[in-house]
Amino acid sequence: MIEVKNIQKKFGDKVVIEEVSAQMKPGQCNLIIGASGSGKTVLMKCMVGLLTPDDGEIYYQGENFFSMNQEQRTNIRKEIGMLFQGSALFDSLTVEQNIMFPLDMFTSDSPTQKLKRVNEVLERVNLKDMNRKFPAELSGGMKKRVALARAVVLNPKYLFCDEPNSGLDPQTSLVIDKLIKELTVEFNITTVVNTHDMNSVMETGDYILYMYQGKKEWEGTRKDIIFSKNQLLNDFIFASEFLKDAKDMRMLEETGKMPNVRNMDDMTRP
Amino acid sequence: MRLLSDIGRFLLMLKGMFKRPEKTSMYWKELMHQCVEIGIGSLGIVAIISVFIGAVSTIQTAYQLVSPLVPLTTIAQIVRDTVILEFAPTLVCIVLAGVAGSRIASELGNMRVSEQIDALEIMGINTKTYLILPKITAAMLMIPLLVIIAMALGIWGGRLAGTAAGIISPNIFDKGLAADFLPYNVFFALVKGYVFSFIISSVPAYFGYYVRGGALEIGRASTKAVVVSCVLILFADYILSALLL
Repeated sequence: MIEVKNIQKKFGDKVVIEEVSAQMKPGQCNLIIGASGSGKTVLMKCMVGLLTPDDGEIYYQGENFFSMNQEQRTNIRKEIGMLFQGSALFDSLTVEQNIMFPLDMFTSDSPTQKLKRVNEVLERVNLKDMNRKFPAELSGGMKKRVALARAVVLNPKYLFCDEPNSGLDPQTSLVIDKLIKELTVEFNITTVVNTHDMNSVMETGDYILYMYQGKKEWEGTRKDIIFSKNQLLNDFIFASEFLKDAKDMRMLEETGKMPNVRNMDDMTRP
Repeated sequence: MRLLSDIGRFLLMLKGMFKRPEKTSMYWKELMHQCVEIGIGSLGIVAIISVFIGAVSTIQTAYQLVSPLVPLTTIAQIVRDTVILEFAPTLVCIVLAGVAGSRIASELGNMRVSEQIDALEIMGINTKTYLILPKITAAMLMIPLLVIIAMALGIWGGRLAGTAAGIISPNIFDKGLAADFLPYNVFFALVKGYVFSFIISSVPAYFGYYVRGGALEIGRASTKAVVVSCVLILFADYILSALLL
């Protein structure tokens, strides 16, 4: 479990994060949502230690990350996998070498064992036989999947995903969301996802933290969102008329006032 | 103020490099990779420059030595000493600041901007040790070797040009090379080679590692790295000459 307590971060005089607290549980997709510039990425970077907060604590399994020594931090980081917004694949390495890199660095497995593991994760992200390709030869969605494979190759306890759907088409976004969700449940990972993709929120959000201008504005589950009366949250999530209608329909479904069309078989659909 | 902050951050970067490697074999692999990139990758340009510098200095020295009282062997002596003392270490290192220095700055800059450095940090790897130390070590191993090669090729180029232009015969040139040869000059050139190789690798590494922004900033950092390296090489050249000669 990851616990964030009263995190505050300033850049110069500008307060970017103000007193944010949250609890992120294992086996769940914990989403940090908010508009661009609301402090999501800064919060995530503080959580993984790429930025040091001005105030507050981050606990990994009850241990304060910022009072750990360098060795303890390194040990925690070995349990962290991260999927970056731009994938952050090493350009000069092939897909196989990219995924094998953490194995080479932190395990003493034989080359055969490492290759087996690489092929396992590649298969898991549906990229079988892509071993010899370079990142420049892959599409955006493929790069994200390779980055996801690299992030999970060491079986991390914590998975951080910074805007995993940015720049992807809706269908590919769904594939990435599904993968993140499946891996989270399968390996009981504490997953933290930064997103402003509403599909992701409604499909994967077990716990959702909504940030507005650096502050925690709302928290809850994806079911809670439907019934939330928070105006800022509603304006952000259900920005278009189409989404507002979708929310109303989902509300009716949840309250039993309308049958759940997604549970009907195809023949009965209009 | 900015200069002091840069110097402080540069020193902290150097201090940060000296941490225990996570896995020695991976660092060794990276060191070898950098040796190939910096050493073998720059060999061609170093060879071309050295041969032509030697050739030009022979022709220009002969052009200036018009007195019949000055023996022809003097041409070889002057070529030998200028190549060993100045051309091979300084000029070659200035060229290398452009070739290897800009490559180091842009490679690290690109890694920073595309979050590859962050990805390594997240994995628990000390990026200063993994990315910068092998580059500086490789430069300090390979550049003095390139300087030695440049010395040999420069003198050979001078001999070739002298013979081809009919200025000096190979025998007289060889005689001049052996006359009054001071091995200390080679030592001095190697000292310069080591100091310059540190500048060529560490300064661009600093500018690349701390780059902020996008592609434009990578280009700027790369240019700045080359300019600062060149100025520092010339400054160090003066200091070393004043101290050691």
